[in-house]
Amino acid sequence: MLSSRALVRGLQCGLWRRVSTSSGAWAAHSHDVDMIDCSVPQYNNRLDTPLPDVPFVRNLNPEQKKLKEKENGPWTQLTKEEKLAIYRLTHELSYPEMRKGSKEWMTVLGGVFFFLGFTGLLVWWQRVYVYGDVPHTLSPEWVEQQTQRMIDMRVNPVHGFSHKWDYEKKQWK
Amino acid sequence: MFSAVLRAGFRSLSRTRANHTAPLAVRCYSHAEVETDEEFDSRWVTYFSKPDLDAWELRKGMNTLIGYDLVPEPKIIDSALRACRRLNDLASAIRILEAVRDKSGPHKEIYPYVIQELSPTLQELGISTPEELGIDKV
Repeated sequence: MLSSRALVRGLQCGLWRRVSTSSGAWAAHSHDVDMIDCSVPQYNNRLDTPLPDVPFVRNLNPEQKKLKEKENGPWTQLTKEEKLAIYRLTHELSYPEMRKGSKEWMTVLGGVFFFLGFTGLLVWWQRVYVYGDVPHTLSPEWVEQQTQRMIDMRVNPVHGFSHKWDYEKKQWK
Repeated sequence: MFSAVLRAGFRSLSRTRANHTAPLAVRCYSHAEVETDEEFDSRWVTYFSKPDLDAWELRKGMNTLIGYDLVPEPKIIDSALRACRRLNDLASAIRILEAVRDKSGPHKEIYPYVIQELSPTLQELGISTPEELGIDKV
């Protein structure tokens, strides 16, 4: 089930890199560069997991291997740059870099507002060019006569409509 | 049969009512032994002091320790740093110091204290602090 095509396609859509399964047939015919093997422990940057399962750089070139050899000796003989290089071999991001965050939320919010505005344009166009006239019962003359009729028949005289009309002075309170 | 059951029920009801006058001082706390701080510290120091600790055990121990709601004592960190030295892992040693600083959160006085307590060990083993390497700032 883990290597079902649908699941892999779904993962591939979500991830930047292609996902490989453990079956050899897949690896054989796909020649992508960046493969994540989900069947082995992976590197991760987490604040609550200071020591990740695998080092960030697995395949060391010769000078990195020499640095690792030097690490076996006394660390007092390493320069600051070498120590930093050793740290960066094992860890991709330091704690402050993990905590930094990004400005992506501004892009997201901007995109949301943009599309809301576009929708507003569509709604306006629809109101102006698609909708017909409102019923004649909403015309000012009709509403005036209607209001007078409602006052005459004492609609909601206790707390509502007619309560707000001053019958002595013939005006709104 | 039904009335007999009812009578038995009433009897048991009166019995439980009599027992219900237990003193309020008896509370329902767990009877488990609470580990003292010193026991906790010595347990972890012993864990990292194992001579043949392997890399997985170091990672597991450290990740578990950071998962707790506390900042580890300097002596535990000292033991962990020495374990890193036995495993020839400088990157993990620096990472542990970063993690301690991150764990102290808003209490900014904890990390300088820990570094001060650890400075003999750091000098002896040649571990640079994240500040010395410049990775404490972005």
